[in-house]
Amino acid sequence: MPEQFIWGIEVFLNGLMTGVLYSLVALGFVLIFKASGIFNFAQGVMALFAALTLVGIMEGQVPFSHLINATFGTEIHHFGWHVPAWLAIILTMGVMVLLAWLVNKLIFQHLVNQPPIILFMAAIGLAYFLEGLGDMMWGADIKELDVGLPQGINTTIDEVTYNLFGYGFFIDNLDLWATGIAAVLVAALVIFAQYSKHGRAMRAVADDHQAALSVGISLKFIWIMVWSLAGFVALVAGIMWGTKSGVQFSLSLIALKALPVLMLGGFTSIPGAIVGGLIIGVGEKLFEFIVGPLVGGATENWFAYVLALIFLVFRPQGLFGEKIIERV
Amino acid sequence: MFYREAGDFKTSYTEDSQTFPIKFDRYGYYVTLAVAFLVIPFIINDYWVNAVFMPFLIYSIAAIGLNILVGYCGQVSLGTGGFMAVGAYACYKLMTGFPDVSIAIHILLAGGITAAVGVLFGLPSLRIKGFYLAVATLAAQFFLVWLFNRVPWFYNYSASGQISAPERTLFGITVTGAETTAWAAYMFCLVFLVASAWIARNLTRGMAGRKWMAIRDMDIAAEIIGVNPLRAKLSAFAVSSFFIGIAGALFFAVYLGAVEVGEVFGINKSFLVLFMVIIGGLGSIFGSFAGAAFLVLLPVFLKNVLVGGLGWPTDLAAHLELVIVGGLIITFLVAEPHGLAQLWRVAKEKLRLWPFPH
Repeated sequence: MPEQFIWGIEVFLNGLMTGVLYSLVALGFVLIFKASGIFNFAQGVMALFAALTLVGIMEGQVPFSHLINATFGTEIHHFGWHVPAWLAIILTMGVMVLLAWLVNKLIFQHLVNQPPIILFMAAIGLAYFLEGLGDMMWGADIKELDVGLPQGINTTIDEVTYNLFGYGFFIDNLDLWATGIAAVLVAALVIFAQYSKHGRAMRAVADDHQAALSVGISLKFIWIMVWSLAGFVALVAGIMWGTKSGVQFSLSLIALKALPVLMLGGFTSIPGAIVGGLIIGVGEKLFEFIVGPLVGGATENWFAYVLALIFLVFRPQGLFGEKIIERV
Repeated sequence: MFYREAGDFKTSYTEDSQTFPIKFDRYGYYVTLAVAFLVIPFIINDYWVNAVFMPFLIYSIAAIGLNILVGYCGQVSLGTGGFMAVGAYACYKLMTGFPDVSIAIHILLAGGITAAVGVLFGLPSLRIKGFYLAVATLAAQFFLVWLFNRVPWFYNYSASGQISAPERTLFGITVTGAETTAWAAYMFCLVFLVASAWIARNLTRGMAGRKWMAIRDMDIAAEIIGVNPLRAKLSAFAVSSFFIGIAGALFFAVYLGAVEVGEVFGINKSFLVLFMVIIGGLGSIFGSFAGAAFLVLLPVFLKNVLVGGLGWPTDLAAHLELVIVGGLIITFLVAEPHGLAQLWRVAKEKLRLWPFPH
């Protein structure tokens, strides 16, 4: 049994680090939902789009080359240069800000005061649009992303645990880095929201749109800023997942994984997104480890949802959500 | 607007409350039915049935079902694909378990089983509301698909993990399996669609429908005026899942013939049907038809134009299709959030008054 127990600890640690990545995606949701009431289903696709753009810029791909070649019969693919990772990240961030501006200008400004379900639908429409656009711009093949993050087994942890337990834990360097970066990002976001001028304005908008307008906060600016922040979070998540498993369509499915995280943590709470992500990450890995072999495996697909569902029946607003008060 | 026409006098309450109060609409309805039953079966071929009519008919049933839940009762569900899978697998198990019973009864029973499953997954709706519920229904989607994938009993221990429909006849005419003729499959689905639409229309304008709409508009207020939220919500889940289950059973047995659950009834199916309902118009039976027709025809149209007409590679056309579908959904929401049904209504009212609007 102790051997099982030690494996359990390893699974637990790995789950914890997966959970951090879930939190990262969920964080993007929470930011936008708090500030504008939009349930941004496109967050996952934004991560995919950001990662695709990053790879495209780094490799010097010609955007829409497939389309151009099909229309004009040409054979162009690459500009023939390579952009260093840091510059490509900055450029990609520029693209995400531009995207944020366009999304607000073209879609959500026209949908102010619509019921939430309509906004949700618009976000799904946006997800489809971005998915198609990303594939058209950069091609749908699986791409490798390498921005210089270390990968492979962490030998120090392996040796230390081997000496302690007689069994070396397998923990990926990339996961450690991702955890570190995510932690820094979360801390930065919290500090930004609590202490900076624009962060305060953002929280004011989240509290009450009209009151925020009346003290002179520009809703337009805040929304673009929030979408840009979500774009930045998406970019970071895209880099992490993209480095881990290649930039491909399945990247956009992490949005679906972030949903139970949100339900668990509450749609409006940043700490909720983090704690929820950790619980889901650890929970699904442990469940797969303990119960999975008994029922045929692949329980990770649904466990998070069922956990969140059962949890919500007892606490409908999530762990940290604001108490739902209903009046006639 | 009070949708009546001068000179079209009603002399009894029954006449006054009929579904199509205006003569023109009524005749339009009869003509549509006559064309659907008496003309189309004689002129269609395999391509039209498989590419256009069957998906349209079946998705219409699913959209009507989902519209009852989302449009009339206000409970957003993303579990449609999972419930369609329940219908398909229930139908399969019944077809292989009781080969002597008529296929029509099997499909109705499959609807009934789906209704029971729907009620089970509808239970949390009593506590959970809004987006939380939408995400909670995803639990149904992923769990059901996983279940059908992993438990061999559901697919009769077949090696491929697929289910395929055995050949069945109705009144001596083959309706499932490879031998099915185009018109037979078409007629079979059409009968189910017309019956579903008729039932749904009459349910939604009766007491049940009014209760659902009261719950949709504000559930606490509805409770105060005497609507039992438990019964209203669960009955909406049951009726909705019943139709969706029938749609799933038809989709598997008549349309596809063989199904791999993850591919056919995945999360994308849930979104597709939800799009149909939203684009067509929430809370409108006609809207369900319009939305289904729109989203079935659009890809066929785009494929014919882009691949057939311009000679683009298919993968590029598929990407562009995503862009266009996404763009159209957004455009529709911005231009007319109440969907095609509302556009149609506005156009009709304008035309009735045209050219003298005042």
